[in-house]
Amino acid sequence: MENKILTGHVDLSQFHVDPIDFAPASEEDKAYMVQMRPSSTFFKDGCKRLYKNKVAFVSLIVIILITLSSIVLPLVWPYDYAKQLGNQPGRPVDSSFNNLRPMEYAASERKRIEAGESVFPHIFGTDSAGRDYFIRVVYGTRISLAVGFFASIIVLVIGMTLGSIAGFSGGKVDMFIMRIVDIIYSLPDMLMVILLASVMRETLGPAIDGTVLAKIGSNIISLFVIFALLYWCSMARLIRGQILSLREQEYVLASQATGAGPGWIIKKHLIPNCISVIIISTALQIPSAIFTESFLSFLGLGVNAPMPSLGSLASDALNGVTSYGYRLVIPAIVISLIVLSLNLFGDGLRDAFDPKLNQ
Amino acid sequence: MDSKTLRYIGKRIILAVVTLWAVITITFFVMHAVPGGPFTREKAISAEAQAALEAKYGLDKPLFEQYTTYLTDAIHGNFGPSLKQRGRMVTDIILDGMKTSAKIGIIALLIATVLGILFGAVAALRRNTLPDKIIMIMTTAFVSMPSFIMGSLLMIIFCVSLKVLPANGASEGGLILPIITLSLYPMAYITRLTRSSMLDVLGQDYIRTAKAKGVSGRNVIIGHALKNSLIPVITYFGPELAYIVTGSLVVEQIFAVPGIGRYFVNSITGRDYTLIMGTTIVLATLIVIMNLVSDILYKVVDPRINLE
Repeated sequence: MENKILTGHVDLSQFHVDPIDFAPASEEDKAYMVQMRPSSTFFKDGCKRLYKNKVAFVSLIVIILITLSSIVLPLVWPYDYAKQLGNQPGRPVDSSFNNLRPMEYAASERKRIEAGESVFPHIFGTDSAGRDYFIRVVYGTRISLAVGFFASIIVLVIGMTLGSIAGFSGGKVDMFIMRIVDIIYSLPDMLMVILLASVMRETLGPAIDGTVLAKIGSNIISLFVIFALLYWCSMARLIRGQILSLREQEYVLASQATGAGPGWIIKKHLIPNCISVIIISTALQIPSAIFTESFLSFLGLGVNAPMPSLGSLASDALNGVTSYGYRLVIPAIVISLIVLSLNLFGDGLRDAFDPKLNQ
Repeated sequence: MDSKTLRYIGKRIILAVVTLWAVITITFFVMHAVPGGPFTREKAISAEAQAALEAKYGLDKPLFEQYTTYLTDAIHGNFGPSLKQRGRMVTDIILDGMKTSAKIGIIALLIATVLGILFGAVAALRRNTLPDKIIMIMTTAFVSMPSFIMGSLLMIIFCVSLKVLPANGASEGGLILPIITLSLYPMAYITRLTRSSMLDVLGQDYIRTAKAKGVSGRNVIIGHALKNSLIPVITYFGPELAYIVTGSLVVEQIFAVPGIGRYFVNSITGRDYTLIMGTTIVLATLIVIMNLVSDILYKVVDPRINLE
């Protein structure tokens, strides 16, 4: 008898409900539920925020312009960075090419101009050895940028590997790696860099003589080795911390509870949450590498001559600073511009892609 | 101080000692990895003379014995004789250079800290006004300029164009520009640090409470806001000193200041290995101790900080 009541037909009118609520939706109603805006991913949101940040966007454009011109200009420029213009085979050295001021011409070039030939101007003049200074600055920019970029990549790879090993394995391995990190972290980095650079200059030079590496120069390679040895610590710390805190997150637990395997969790939770932090600190690593390179170049431990870097150009210019001050100012401005725009862009990236940090 | 704090301090001291040991060890072995030893670069000398020199400096002993001797000597502040400056001990050269360098460094440190805190506080209190914007633009520019560029530009402006200050650090008033050069970057950094931490503190509830209780505006700023916003600045003391030490290497080179930084750079170019080792160890010790002090202070000043 009771059973019959429960399974019996329900008379809706007894419950004071409007039968319209249970009617199928009309086309009009369905239109409300249509997604008006395409769904946005985290990456798209970040790009949008970055685009809105004028300072960061302008910095990005400056970086792109400087990078592109440092790559393209040496290809089309009529002068070479290492060519001493007054020093032509089979002829006596023409010293009128040395120490030209901006837009000046050497004696032989003036003759050619009078003869109706067009001579490409030396926009920033020439240096004391008669090399076109503009192309040296462009080339120096290229070297400095390349050093900064590759040093950051090295730091990223080593830091990420060791940091994730420490974070994932935990226990004794974690303990061991983190103690090493602690010690390296508290080493005075610049002093160690100078020490290593001055010694590796001696040991690496003969070792790589004649190989492809000799072309890059022992000093740049020792710079990379130094970065690989000393600067991975903060990256490793960062990534280990991220992994440790992300592993404890409830959404990871929820994901595991619904049957996700470790591959899925790494792909869908750990990497997307780590990647912004990683990109940002890599971006901020580049200016610090450029700083270090220019510092070492200034102390005479940077790139090998005749290769220029912005630091070595500035340090060379210091000798003639009383009469040729612009030779110091030009690389100084370029270096500051690069470092400034990279820093501002890195800050912008952080604001755009890591909203948690901003609070 | 509770036991947790004490344990933390103990841990930090052990880490500092281990770091110093690592510095000495790395320096020693890196320097001995140079092929040929310190005397092969000299003009050709006879085998006997070479052997006599090596015996004099103890280079004929096994490497590990040299290392233990060096370690014990270094702890006692004895870094052996200079290889290039005849008859002078490394310790004496360092102490000699320290006189000038310490003067520059300490003044630069004070200027940077005082002005940095002042500018930072002004920028935070006058947020989004003209003074704030000027301060932020200036500090951004200073932070992105390597010290040697800053020094060179200051030299061009004040010594070459205006001719108001001497370019030689040894002459009278010659230390003014090195001090300014060294203090600009840390000053800019401290300004930014103070500004952001002060903005953070000004938004805290206890500031509102203090104001609501009728504390005067000045007392709120000095007694509550400034005091609490200086905590992050304490952590910067270690890096600040490290910056000034490494900065002095270039600045003393640019302005020809007879200080420890200049000796260090000259010892690198002159391959004076004992001097390189000695200076590295002394400067590293300074930095490590300063880091230790600022870390401990940070913890003692602000018990809220979680150490783990």
